[in-house]
Amino acid sequence: MKKTLLTICAAVALLAFVPFLAFETAAAKPAVINVYNWGQYISDGSDGLLDVNAAFTEATGIEVNYSTYESNESLYTKLKTGGSSYDVIIPSDYMIARLISEGMLQKLNYDNIPNYASIGESFKNTLYDPNNEYSVPYFWGTVGIIYNTRYVDTVTSWDALWDERYSGKILMFDNPRDAFAAAELALGIDVNTEDESDLRAAAELLAAQKPLVQSYVMDQVFDQMERAEAWIAPYYAGDFITMHRENPDLAFCFPEEGFNLYIDAMCIPTSSTNKEAAEAYINFMCSFEAAAANAAYTGYGSPVNGVAESLELTEYERGIAYPSDEILSKGVAYLTLSKEATQIMDSLWLDVRTDASTTSWVTYAVATAAVVIIAAVYLAYRSNKKRKRAAKRRADADGAR
Amino acid sequence: MRVRGLASPYLAWMSIFIILPLCAVVYYAFTDSVTGEFTLRNIVSIGNYWPILIKSIWLALVSSLICLILGYPVALAIARAKQSRQRFLILLVMLPMSMSFLLRTIAWVSLLEDTGIINNILGKFGISPLPLIRNNGAVVLGMVYNYLPYMILPVYTVLSHIDPSLIEAAKDLGCNRTQVFLKVILPLSVSGIISGVSMVFVPAVSTFYISKKLGGSGTTMIGDVIESQFKTAYNPNLGAAISLVLMVMVFICIGLMERFSGSEEREALM
Repeated sequence: MKKTLLTICAAVALLAFVPFLAFETAAAKPAVINVYNWGQYISDGSDGLLDVNAAFTEATGIEVNYSTYESNESLYTKLKTGGSSYDVIIPSDYMIARLISEGMLQKLNYDNIPNYASIGESFKNTLYDPNNEYSVPYFWGTVGIIYNTRYVDTVTSWDALWDERYSGKILMFDNPRDAFAAAELALGIDVNTEDESDLRAAAELLAAQKPLVQSYVMDQVFDQMERAEAWIAPYYAGDFITMHRENPDLAFCFPEEGFNLYIDAMCIPTSSTNKEAAEAYINFMCSFEAAAANAAYTGYGSPVNGVAESLELTEYERGIAYPSDEILSKGVAYLTLSKEATQIMDSLWLDVRTDASTTSWVTYAVATAAVVIIAAVYLAYRSNKKRKRAAKRRADADGAR
Repeated sequence: MRVRGLASPYLAWMSIFIILPLCAVVYYAFTDSVTGEFTLRNIVSIGNYWPILIKSIWLALVSSLICLILGYPVALAIARAKQSRQRFLILLVMLPMSMSFLLRTIAWVSLLEDTGIINNILGKFGISPLPLIRNNGAVVLGMVYNYLPYMILPVYTVLSHIDPSLIEAAKDLGCNRTQVFLKVILPLSVSGIISGVSMVFVPAVSTFYISKKLGGSGTTMIGDVIESQFKTAYNPNLGAAISLVLMVMVFICIGLMERFSGSEEREALM
């Protein structure tokens, strides 16, 4: 009885799969593109905004496999190590130039991207892609200092990140390019310097900052700043608007020494296997509805004509997301550094992040060695004693025999 | 022979997913990141990370020791409990392991941080926030919390297999309770202690998530260095070299411990 019941159950369970199998084979397998973007950088349907990826699938039938990264460097690592293929990526200007120079991007067919026409003229013929061959701008933005007015005096300069009064409450970028730029601007050095002594000076300043830093973060900055777990952090202006809506105590500063002005643009890496679908995606992102939803969600500056004017922003927010030309004139773009300079920067950064010399490691070494030696001596002594005892016992037994 | 045949799926699994990756680690550790030629530079440049390596070993040792001090009495109490209750108590010990290790660590963050639950409650009584997070103590706390079951379980297993007649014999021969513990129970449980210590020490020495979440900017551990070599610095060769050195050191530690515990066991058999 039980057995028959079991058989019936199994049969029913199997039957349940049949419709799916039939469906899978009947319908043509839909195209899928892999999109790799920054975290919190696309409208996902929250706040009553358009779910851009879902809308794209609805419009074209192409499915979107969406994943996110935290920094240009980790995107680069992921592309370089291979193993996964992406169809659309959205790196920043200097990283695009590096990817182009290393032959890691495909030339776009702009005939498939008619909406490119609505991109503002000032975002074309850029330094990183002078002939408009590889990229379509997604957002532009600035880097500044976010601080909590309840605990921090008005900030005007990068020096605030080195202010000992805020020790343990300072967050810092967890990527070399932005972190070095902050130090270089504080020192009055060009952010695009390739000079080794300049880079070393910046690294020294970052190392000096380390005891004051609470942690090195990227998107965790949202959570830490909104809850006032940290008080001061350099980050992207668009994200400040999101944070400010959660915690009105926060304020934003365009540092007087200058700040980074960047463009993030959509590209197709050479590993892409579905270029036309990827171009359709890029085209869709440049449509007014998608761009407006993304701009409203992220708070970043949209390069698509008409989007900025259509957004519902307070005067204060507009002043930060779309700053005046006077402020923008202090912005500097990151240029691609030579491979050597990048390598020096990477290794200096790693030294800053992993240098443990702030604590006296000799104490640890001595303590560890002591523990290991004591344990070893004790165990050796024990086993030796036991062996002797056993030998004696055996000798006694032999004697008795 | 037939039994050995049944083990072949695992052998295949092991050679594809353990042995081959290990070979890749060794290959990367000894090749140059740019040219791909044989080099010892990666191994040599580990020298820069000695302080971090030593510190990681030290923190892992401290955690293992605290786990032992906390875990041994618990294991003993469970082993002495009634048979029917033992299973329930062991279930309680294993209960935290059923939750994701990441979630448990994040829960500690929201407990300990300056605006966290503990400091919020203290704040209600007018006590200014205590520095509970982002120091070595918090990292050790996180490791002890996460790895304590790995200490209790092996010690319990060994303790529950001690023949009660040995303890009775010791009592009959005039040992008091301390002597029974020191001369019978403790020596017989050494193998459990050693496997418990290595079960805690090995994951603790290479941890990176706990130190990242509970540690501060100064509590970098060797696991963090390895992670950053792969994730941000794009120098997998150096990362592989550090992993290799760490692996060798862990093997040496385990080997030494096994040696001593092995001789104990042989002794017990005689």
